[in-house]
Amino acid sequence: MKKTIIAFAFAALASVPALAASSDAKAPPSQQWKHEGFFGTFDRAAVQRGYQVYKEVCASCHSLKYISFRNLPAIGISEAEAKAIAASYSVKDGPNDEGDMFERPGRLSDKFPSPYANDKAARAANNGALPPDLSLITKARANGTNYLYAILVGYADAPAGVKLGDGMSYNPYFSGGQIGMPKPLNDDQVTFADNTKATVAQMSQDVTAFLAWAAEPELDARNRMGIKVIIFLLIAIGLTYAAMRRVWAAVH
Amino acid sequence: MNSKGFTNPIVKWIDYRLPVFSYLHHELHEYPTPKNLNYWWNFGSLAGVCLVIQIVSGIVLAMHYTPHTTMAFDSIEHIMRDVNYGWLIRYIHSNGASMFFLVVYIHLFRGLYFGSYKAPRELLWMIGVVIVILMMATAFMGYVLPWGQMSFWGATVITNLFSAIPVIGEPIVTWLWGGFTVDNPTLTRFFSLHYLLPFVILGIVVVHVLALHQHGSNNPIGIDIKGPQDSIPFHPYYTMKDTFGLMVFFLFSAYWVFFNPNYLGHPDNYIPADPLVTPAHIVPEWYLLPFYAILRAVPSKLGGVILMFAALLILFVLPWLDTSKVRSARFRPIYRQFFWLLVIDCIVLGWIGANPPEGMYIVIGRIATTYYFVHFLIIMPLLGKLERPLPLPTSISESVTKKPGLAAAE
Repeated sequence: MKKTIIAFAFAALASVPALAASSDAKAPPSQQWKHEGFFGTFDRAAVQRGYQVYKEVCASCHSLKYISFRNLPAIGISEAEAKAIAASYSVKDGPNDEGDMFERPGRLSDKFPSPYANDKAARAANNGALPPDLSLITKARANGTNYLYAILVGYADAPAGVKLGDGMSYNPYFSGGQIGMPKPLNDDQVTFADNTKATVAQMSQDVTAFLAWAAEPELDARNRMGIKVIIFLLIAIGLTYAAMRRVWAAVH
Repeated sequence: MNSKGFTNPIVKWIDYRLPVFSYLHHELHEYPTPKNLNYWWNFGSLAGVCLVIQIVSGIVLAMHYTPHTTMAFDSIEHIMRDVNYGWLIRYIHSNGASMFFLVVYIHLFRGLYFGSYKAPRELLWMIGVVIVILMMATAFMGYVLPWGQMSFWGATVITNLFSAIPVIGEPIVTWLWGGFTVDNPTLTRFFSLHYLLPFVILGIVVVHVLALHQHGSNNPIGIDIKGPQDSIPFHPYYTMKDTFGLMVFFLFSAYWVFFNPNYLGHPDNYIPADPLVTPAHIVPEWYLLPFYAILRAVPSKLGGVILMFAALLILFVLPWLDTSKVRSARFRPIYRQFFWLLVIDCIVLGWIGANPPEGMYIVIGRIATTYYFVHFLIIMPLLGKLERPLPLPTSISESVTKKPGLAAAE
């Protein structure tokens, strides 16, 4: 009886994310991610390629406002390079001693500049749709990494009978099947420095890995610490169990 | 009072003036505990540890958090990204809430199974119910603080419940909000109360433990301690057993904190609150889902609110609804079956609470809600009179020779 109930409770628990994703959208298929599992770590090369895709493609519409240039060394970009990347942006600062705002080259401490001045400007430029900030996107969607990848590779011609709204694209993984974002990636859109072939699938995978890092930059450290904590606790369990048995030996 | 055999002169000096050592000796060492407590009795002390973890991690979070609608979400990301080990502290706190409820629910069902609410422990039980209700209020307000979509819309839905009260409902909601919608005054007062209530809970926990120590723990066979052969000192026996249980509990919690920290939350809460966009499904955290299901089982808003609060308040009168003189379900073969039915019913309610109120979910939700109340209001009073309990053992020490445990229930 007890076992049945425990099994039942776990089944109920397991169904929670499924419900969260339940809508008219197609469920995203599961992909293999290097950063998943107890020993998962981000694939630095993929994350760097993904950063390139973000910078060259996504960044024209999507902000990444919780990420600073100083975070880039964490994905294997050298500090000098990160400084150079920051300096290639112009950042509004001020007021100076004369009381004027001024533009200056970006510094490591600056956040990634947003493509639009505000949400209204973003909507005005995008047919009324707001391109979401991508800093937390894999955490802010159910089954986030798989969902994001599925969206990026999921663009297709609308099946017969589906009437698309003005400026909308067909994407079965998006709620409602219609997405405001036009197909963002095409083969060979970027040229990777490491000569990886830039297929849509490859770029989608890489940019998803990058955004997963952006959402959970602590993941590597978290997994490493988790393993140590688990090992420590397993030993502690053994010791406290032995101590308990010894203390109780006289009672039984 | 100072002749407890303390040899350390400093301890003696202090104890003569402020008998803390005598007190600890009395409450931990002399305090007689039944010999036969099983692992289900670990969850009381675990709940205490959970409370301390929540308070400590919460105080640290409050040092970095900003309770303002325009900055709350950003300050959480600041904690997650820029504060040293901020992610660890926040994940301990957010998953800690789930762990706390899990532990407290097990503690509560343990009391239900072994009849720990029966004379002379009625007040002990009722104080516990007060703690659960305060925990729910605290957890709800805590969930609002990140000011994500679920925070905002959860706060909107729950505070709006009070508008169902006739005549004074609307003014009460305005008073709760501190304005005419959920906005900055709502957030700041929720923060203030979320910081205050855990200390209120702590105070009530002290009263809970005082009430416990008056008659001591109940035990798996539910008969009283009849002599020294039935009991052992709390320390070292149960301190050691609790420590072992604590390590197992830490292992379980560590899995969530380190390897699955967002599973028990909702992805929508990583989207900043937007009063103009309603999420597809507004759902509370898992530990409130059964009550959410009861709320929505009734077609009338006021009826739903009344039933939801009744589902909690009914626990206060439980000691008088249960008419059986036998405490432990181990000797109540029929009640035991109904107990597990209630457990299933609560899980079903939780599952219904997570789903949109449509189609079959409504029907199942209504049946499960009805059964919840039938269990307490009809089955428990009748069963106490009709059921023929199994013969009780004559003493605890006699039953200890056979290995105790809930396994006997299978």
